[in-house]
Amino acid sequence: MRMPEPDQAAIARRAEIALALRRILPAESVIEDGEARRAYESDGLTAYRQPPLVVALPSTTAEVAAVLRYCHENRLKVVPRGAGTSLSGGALPLADGVLLGMAKFNRVLDVDIANRAAVVQPGVTNLAISQAVAPAGFYYAPDPSSQIACTIGGNVAENSGGVHCLKYGMTGNNLLGLEMVLINGEVVRLGGRHLDAGGYDLMGVVTGSEGLLGVVTEVTVRILRRPSTQRALLLGFASCEDAGECVAKVIAAGIIPAGMEMMDKPAIHAAEDFVAAGYPRDAEALLIVELDGPVVEVDELIARVEQIAKACGSTSERVSRDEAERQRFWAGRKAAFPAVGRISPDYYCMDGTIPRRRLPEVLAKMQAMSRACGLRVANVFHAGDGNLHPLILYDANKPGELETAEAFGADILRLCVAVGGVLTGEHGVGVEKRDLMGEMFNETDLAQQERLKCAFDSEGLLNPGKMFPVLHRCAELGRMHVSAGKLPFPELPRF
Amino acid sequence: MLTPLEPATAEELAAAVAAAEGPLELRGHGSKRDFGRPVQASQLLDLSRLSGVTLYEPDELVLSAGAGTPVAEIERLLTANGQILAFEPPDLGPLFGQEAGRGTLGGMIACNLAGPRRIKAGALRDYLLGATAVNGRGEIFKTGGRVMKNVTGYDLCKLLAGSFGTLAAIASATLKVLPAPEAVRTLMVRGLGDPAAMLLMSRAMVSAEDVSGAAHLPEAAARCLPHADVGTAVTLLRLEGTPRSVAQRLAMLAKELESPSEELGEIESTVLWRGLRNLLPFRGDHGAAIWRLSVPPTAGADVLRACGPVERCFYDWGGGLIWLTTAAEGDAGAARIRAALSASGGHATLVRAPIAIRASAEVFQPQEPALAALTRRVKESFDPLGRFNPGRMYAGA
Repeated sequence: MRMPEPDQAAIARRAEIALALRRILPAESVIEDGEARRAYESDGLTAYRQPPLVVALPSTTAEVAAVLRYCHENRLKVVPRGAGTSLSGGALPLADGVLLGMAKFNRVLDVDIANRAAVVQPGVTNLAISQAVAPAGFYYAPDPSSQIACTIGGNVAENSGGVHCLKYGMTGNNLLGLEMVLINGEVVRLGGRHLDAGGYDLMGVVTGSEGLLGVVTEVTVRILRRPSTQRALLLGFASCEDAGECVAKVIAAGIIPAGMEMMDKPAIHAAEDFVAAGYPRDAEALLIVELDGPVVEVDELIARVEQIAKACGSTSERVSRDEAERQRFWAGRKAAFPAVGRISPDYYCMDGTIPRRRLPEVLAKMQAMSRACGLRVANVFHAGDGNLHPLILYDANKPGELETAEAFGADILRLCVAVGGVLTGEHGVGVEKRDLMGEMFNETDLAQQERLKCAFDSEGLLNPGKMFPVLHRCAELGRMHVSAGKLPFPELPRF
Repeated sequence: MLTPLEPATAEELAAAVAAAEGPLELRGHGSKRDFGRPVQASQLLDLSRLSGVTLYEPDELVLSAGAGTPVAEIERLLTANGQILAFEPPDLGPLFGQEAGRGTLGGMIACNLAGPRRIKAGALRDYLLGATAVNGRGEIFKTGGRVMKNVTGYDLCKLLAGSFGTLAAIASATLKVLPAPEAVRTLMVRGLGDPAAMLLMSRAMVSAEDVSGAAHLPEAAARCLPHADVGTAVTLLRLEGTPRSVAQRLAMLAKELESPSEELGEIESTVLWRGLRNLLPFRGDHGAAIWRLSVPPTAGADVLRACGPVERCFYDWGGGLIWLTTAAEGDAGAARIRAALSASGGHATLVRAPIAIRASAEVFQPQEPALAALTRRVKESFDPLGRFNPGRMYAGA
């Protein structure tokens, strides 16, 4: 993966830049020392490492604004970072860029149950929000699997999902307001404790913008009453086709489960060997279907789902009788990644989304690719919303195997796009899928996105090298088409 | 004015925009044409021929259609399959003197419409999965996709929703749809003053009973309802789900609220919430200016009091949405209504007013300088020449 050519002049100015940042921030909030900088050299995509030029750890909006203003005036690149759990390299530092760590923004500012809102700083972890509102019987719905570590600021940057998206939406569907600092140091407030924006929905487009548009310094989230009950079904099937048909029929019957997860045989076995969750080893596919809500409704819908499963030829059906059993059903799914980690020295997690009905075809083609390249693949799948997580098993110590795994992963994503899907459902583009953007978008599509970037950051200083395969200068993108040899309103001056 | 442009395909739309020599007014059915600041355009860009549902897969919860497709056609198709647009888009046409049941997919997206279920299910913005559109340079671009979960690139759909046709001309769009609830019931409490109603709605929304609509109609607005025989305010709470679940939750909610309440049945509830969604309390009132305020729900009653004299009003979204009418004179109350928001935050939109008022007063919530500048830069990033609906939202956007 090629990153933008580092600016040697900026690297040569490291001491001077650190000194300037120490005039803005307390001395201990600026990290210049080589060993200490190394702590920030990668995120959840550990294949890539790069210590940053210098690390800045602001603790107030005013400090963020001052740091960004300084970087803007000095044409310095900035990489924002939350907890560094990105699986796509969204927080991968730059050798010539300031790493802006938001960890000190770790306070819950207000819990407003009456308005179903919580105001938090971006460095608060996803789970800590739910914990802060739990005494009132509330929770924050999006639950990425890294929720004990990942921060809400990072969730906003990546528009993070989780296993409950089909019913409760992603981060973007659960935000009410943001405070954000632009690269020039200007602070804008978007939304609040009310719904929808007065003007353009900038909060909507900032969500999932991977740190390229601004730095979020405060987040107001929508919180929900915890459902009265949650129950799960564990359903075994003789084929992925049968399991897929069951998913389609549940939705066609008007039921939107809180979660609907599928695992294929390799994933079932890996999980069962690891945590002994009681999964049926003979099944080719396993579905976990979770219903939540009022007790009477959940009981009714559980029975209906069980009937649908049987009609689709399920080979085993179990319904959780109590909370402990429900947790056990989930234990294998939640441990799927480490379970696969046990059977292979390394694994590479993909994140494409497909129209659900194309699943059997995609799985079959994936198996063929697996045989062709000699690497095993295990599949866990957010079946309700079509979000695939193929885990490619490889050994980084064997020469060439990382490259083979990456090429296999890229082929899987091309396949996802070819059947009408997308490159990433919840992990983000980052550096990982940057060079595949052209599979999904043509030059005009990408140019329109880049022009939006220019509206926020005309110098391209925020998180460059992520998301876009080619870095264009804004002036180049802004060039106007000349229609029939003449500009419209030729009498007007242009700059 | 020049002959209207009437493209029937995305390519024709792109060619029409590229060839246009001046500003264009984007139009579907024109049902909400008088919503927004007046547009000074030299040519009409009629998008109604970009019509037709191109993809509908009920078990994938997805529907794609041309921007000119009538919303009524989409809703008929969904109803036949037991599905809905969960955000309950209101039919605003009659407010503007148009016949009911008009309006296109593109117009619905441009206004980011959402009705009573907004508090539970979200707005149109939350259901727009993807779009193909033409920017002000006459280039076709696409954003998003047709799958439920997608974070590939910037989500430009969010900007298209609620941009009143100022950023791009949408050619086609893909929506997430949802199953229709099996049963609906309403709990009605009579006689509450506004502050007491805010508290009641807040308690209902905080309860475990999964309320999908919470509205309060002060006496004058309640007169439009068939239940208004006693001439009091009514507070309405809607529950949806399976029949057994709704019946049980209704009983629980009635007990928790500790106020005498009545139950409205399936048909009555359906008619009632459709009426609220389509602003029934303002029906027949052709002269007044209509405002829509979005505020923190618990602040609703205080904001309304601070607004000063209003002609008619009601609350939706548990108190977080205030619809009110004022005399259509002067600034239609813009200054005092926006001042009333200063303590709580929120935004006020002048949905209907005579053209002279919309040309002078701010129709959309005025923005701080940094945000206003960013808004203009975003507009320019899509439409550098100011081709599309110039000035419809703000001067320069």
